[in-house]
Amino acid sequence: MASLKDLRNRIASVKATQKITKAMQMVAAAKLRRAQEAAEAARPYAERMDRVLANLSTGMAGRPDAPALLAGTGKDNVHLVVVATADRGLCGGFNSSIARLARTHIRKLIGEGKTVKIVTVGRKGRDALRRDYGDKIVKSYEFTGIRQIGFQQAEDISRAVLELFEAGEFDVATLFYSKFVNVVSQIPTAQQLIPASLPEGAEGGVDLGGAVYEYEPDETEILKDLLPRNLSVQIFRALLENVAGEFGAKMSAMDSATRNAGDMIKKLNITYNRSRQAMITKELIEIISGAEAL
Amino acid sequence: MAEKLQFDLVSPERLLFSGEVDMVVVPGAEGDMGIMAGHAPVMSTLRPGIVNVDAAGKPQERIFVRGGFAEVTPKGLTVLAEYSVPLAELDAAALDREISNAQEDVGDARTDAKRQAAQEKLDHLKQLRQVL
Repeated sequence: MASLKDLRNRIASVKATQKITKAMQMVAAAKLRRAQEAAEAARPYAERMDRVLANLSTGMAGRPDAPALLAGTGKDNVHLVVVATADRGLCGGFNSSIARLARTHIRKLIGEGKTVKIVTVGRKGRDALRRDYGDKIVKSYEFTGIRQIGFQQAEDISRAVLELFEAGEFDVATLFYSKFVNVVSQIPTAQQLIPASLPEGAEGGVDLGGAVYEYEPDETEILKDLLPRNLSVQIFRALLENVAGEFGAKMSAMDSATRNAGDMIKKLNITYNRSRQAMITKELIEIISGAEAL
Repeated sequence: MAEKLQFDLVSPERLLFSGEVDMVVVPGAEGDMGIMAGHAPVMSTLRPGIVNVDAAGKPQERIFVRGGFAEVTPKGLTVLAEYSVPLAELDAAALDREISNAQEDVGDARTDAKRQAAQEKLDHLKQLRQVL
């Protein structure tokens, strides 16, 4: 049985841990609010982008001169997998569930005989995939020093992806990130980036009252301009959802850690009191039996 | 000028302007367009430049936009801009200082990636300076 001093130290250390997790939970809660606001502020742009793209591409679908970003290269031999995770851990299963989904997908693709290339965004995703597929990672991004993810970061990534695409490095790109549903639920999601997948339900777009859009310059030109931009927007949205999800997951993970620490302290306290009592009893017995022997 | 035009200006990070106005002049890729209520549906890409917003009884608002496009529907005008900043927030002297800083950055950059980033920043600042 542990000595009283050991128990006391143990209790003190669990208490210190509890203080840390409690503080982390509160920080995550504050950051979550900010991340949610950022995600909401970005929504109008993404919505309008979806709508415009749906309008344009319904007209373009099936035309031979449709841009490759929309129609694809006609092959699907080489896949690019973009895995977006958080930079930091201690947020429950958040990072590992994204990595798991990506890994299943990669394994399936390899099983089908396809070539896979990986771009990781966020340190944890890179760490998780490096062990199994380290040779397939072509690029990694980290945002450890950045307080608030802006459009700039999304643009950097999308530019790199586009460069790879234009160089013919891959045929299909899929983005893995976590969809933020609410604080306790984040769903790891796969989204096809190239060829562009059309948002569901956006079909048809706005009713123009019988009129037809006038395009300036022509449709193909606009679409050429729009599709790369749409890629940045999709990535930006994914990054923002990820940030919100990360803090949501961190908040609930830290909440349960704090509660666990509380339970542990309670249990340790009981053990401590019992062994203290046992010691007192033992000493008393020794004194009494000593006195009786005289 | 009885009819009003619903005008929204959005950037990826936030909604910058939303309201009813009389006329908006948009720097389209093939020339400036003045858009008023009841304009035919148009979709156009933008070149870097100034969006002029006219609303009765209010001073004209001038907003710098870069990269993006404008969409006119019977409901109104939506400008999606990658970057935008109200001209009132810009200051020519401060901008000049930043331009010279950026120029130094381009000269100092060691790696290609850094030089490219610095060059982009410089071009961007120069565009801003031009419209002032």
